[in-house]
Parts: sequence; structure tokens; C-alpha cells
Amino acid sequence: MNRPHRAHPAWWAFAVHRASGLALTLFVPLHFWALGTAIDGEAALDGMLRWTDNALVKFAETGLVVLLAAHMAGGVRLLAVEFLPWSDRQKTAVAASAGVAIAAGLLFLFNVTAA
Amino acid sequence: MADTIDARIWRGGADGRFETFSVPRRASQTVLDVVTYIQRKLDPTLSYRFACRVGMCGSCAMTVNGKPRWTCRTHVARLEDGPLTVEPLRNLPRIKDLAADMAPFFDKWAKAGGRFVPSTDAEADFAIVEPASAERRAADAGIECIGCAVCYSACDLVSWNPDYLGPAALNRAWTLVNDVRDAGNADRLDAVAGDAGCHACHSQQSCREHCPKSLNPTASIAGLKRATLRAAWKGGP
Amino acid sequence: MKLRARAETLLWGAQRASAAVLAVCVLAHLATILYAVRGGLTAAEILSRTRGSFALAFFYGLFVLAVAVHAPVGLRAILRETFGWRGVPLDLGTAAFAGFLVWFGWRAVAGLFA
Repeated sequence: MNRPHRAHPAWWAFAVHRASGLALTLFVPLHFWALGTAIDGEAALDGMLRWTDNALVKFAETGLVVLLAAHMAGGVRLLAVEFLPWSDRQKTAVAASAGVAIAAGLLFLFNVTAA
Repeated sequence: MADTIDARIWRGGADGRFETFSVPRRASQTVLDVVTYIQRKLDPTLSYRFACRVGMCGSCAMTVNGKPRWTCRTHVARLEDGPLTVEPLRNLPRIKDLAADMAPFFDKWAKAGGRFVPSTDAEADFAIVEPASAERRAADAGIECIGCAVCYSACDLVSWNPDYLGPAALNRAWTLVNDVRDAGNADRLDAVAGDAGCHACHSQQSCREHCPKSLNPTASIAGLKRATLRAAWKGGP
Repeated sequence: MKLRARAETLLWGAQRASAAVLAVCVLAHLATILYAVRGGLTAAEILSRTRGSFALAFFYGLFVLAVAVHAPVGLRAILRETFGWRGVPLDLGTAAFAGFLVWFGWRAVAGLFA
């Protein structure tokens, strides 16, 4: 396969945007289902929340926060590409959106483990 | 550095194979020089395409070490180490050896409304287009395209969506959208809108990354996205 | 403009417009998440915030609507480009997915509000 044409930041940003978008699309119905347990009352919602208390789920949640922040920051970058006058600082914009995603993940880990 | 280059050259059509040639290394040697040496000294049956040799005609683009490049201005000494691999351009049918069929590429220029539509007859006086006007600057930014198909070959959307018009044809359409003398924009915006047109672009920017003339089709396509959205919102003719 | 080109262009515009709405919603959502997870989540804590709050019901209702516009258009592009799906079944399938997201999302919002 000829892949070297993809070896640049904007292509990798596309790959992250597509993968995170797909993952979030698959997660959203699960999220709605979990929150929908509140229809059956507080106890039902609490039962679902206690299930999320283990470390494995917290790890997965951190991943989701990173994906959400990456998709948001990358999306803002794309809106700027499409609707604002061209900027030659594309690599900086890609790096900044990656920074936002990593920062969100670290903050979540910090807060979720704080007593 | 070895005094010869191991050149892996694509032979045959779609189901061909690589053939390795040993070519003497020279100062300021381009990839086109290597290919030409093989054809003149080692195997006269090698097919490839070139004309001007100085980066103006856009006919010698090939896939060099996996990336689309203009071979006449790609110096071997400035490439990655290791064997030199040369193939025809991606995303186009392979005719024979290094020659790709350019017909689908240029057909899409026509499909994208790439033809100038005059708004006055031949008797009219010269049109005056201010060099500093926004339209003129937008057209100027994309006008130096040499039609080499490097961007078309670099674009994943062309591979994933065979109907996609591609960066060069859309860049051409954008220069005409900004040409104040042109009268064809209603049909042109219609032709470049939608899933096979500018809205297929995901701003991967491989076109901009590889364009040998340092043009920016991504920005041109973004301009078309906005212009078509305005037209679609209004309803249009 | 021809109908097909116009429809696809407006669909693209709807995805970008919903993206702009989502950028604001997600920023607020991330801030809420980071604040709320401190000390663990309980149903009582969540419901005390959301029950009877018209402002939050409106915010999450709008959030769901923007997701229901944004995600199916993106999914449609992936199904076209990666799996080669085209035509009416693709359009109807992704439209049905949009309808499902609105119903399922608003149902969850109602559960937290009521």
C-alpha cells in the first residue's frame, strides 16, 4: 500500500476526528440509555452509577473524555479552516487541539481520583 | 555514498511488477533524469511521460517513494535514503509502466465547470480587473496550477469516492467563481456542490501538502463550500 | 440549484451549524463533568441539579437535537466512503438514526427533569 502521502499532521488530525466521531456516535445511545434509567426513579439511576464505580469503567470514561475533547477541539479547528480566512499555522492548530484533548483527560483523571 | 542508484521501476499495467535497474549517480540528478537514463541506456521499452523538464508543463508527475511528486524537479540526493521507487500516479488507471491515464482527471475539470464562460462578446473592450480586489487576489492564489495531478493522486477522498471531482478541478472552479468577467457561476456552483463536489472534502490537506507549486486547493475548496452554501440557502435559479 | 446538489449542500451546512452549537454545549458539558465527578457521582446529587430545572432541560434538549443532526451526517460520510453505501437506503437509514437519537435523547432528558 502507498501510505507515505498521509504522513503529515492534518491527515492524522483527520484520522483522530473520524475515529473519535465514530466512537462517540456509538457511545451516545448507551449514554442516553444509562441516563434514561432515571425514568424508573433515583434507585435505578444509582444502581447504574454504582456499576461505573470500578477502575476499569473509570479508565474507559477517561478515554471517552479525551475523545470528546479531541473531537470538539478538532471540530473547532475544522470550522476555522472552512469558514475563516486561511491561516498558515495549521500545524500549530493541530497541536493545540491535541493539547486540549490531553489536558481534558488529565484533569478528568485528577478530579475523578480526588476524594 | 554508493556511485549507483538502485531504482525500482513499475513495469506493466494494473497487474505489473517492480523491476530494479542500476543507474550511475550524478550531481544535481533528478528522478526524471534517472528514468530517462534507464529508457535511453538500459531498456528502450520503458514508457513514461514528460515534456518541458523545467516544472512548467505538469506532465512528468509520478509516485516517488510513495509520494506523488513532479519528477523533473525532484532531486535524488534530497530524497529519503534507500532504493528509489518510482510508480505511476495513484488514483488513475495505469496504462503501461510509469504512464497513468489522465483522462478521468481532466474529464472532471470539465465536469466542475472549469471552462471560462464569457459575459461579453468579442467586440467589447478589455475588462479592467483591479489587481488589489478581493476576487482578483482569490483567483490569483489558485491560477498557477500546472495540471500535474499530484494533488489528485495525494487525495484519499478521490480513492474513497470515485465520483469526487478532486482538488485540482475544484481549485480551477474557484478561480473562475472569482473571475468577474465570467458568467457561468450558476451552473458551476451547481456542478461543484454536494457529495461528489466540494462537500466531500474533509480538509485532510494532502493536496496542499504535496502541490509542487505550493498552491492551496484546501482553501479554494473551503471557498466553494461557503459560496455553494450561500447559493443553496437562497434557493438560487 | 438542482434539488440533489442543494439538499446535499444544506445537509453539510446543517452539520457545520450543529457543530458550532455542539462546540459550546461540549465545553459546558466537559466543565460540568470535571466539576461533578469530584467525590463520586450519586443519583441524588445529579437529580437535585436537574429536577425541575427548565434551564438545564432546555440546554440538554438543545444538546440532544444538535447531536441528532451532527452524528448521522458524519456517519453517512463514513458509510459512503469506507463501505461504499450510496443512495436512498443510506439516506433513509441515517435519517432513521437521527430520529432515534432525538427520541432516545429527549426521553433521557425528560427522565432527569421530571
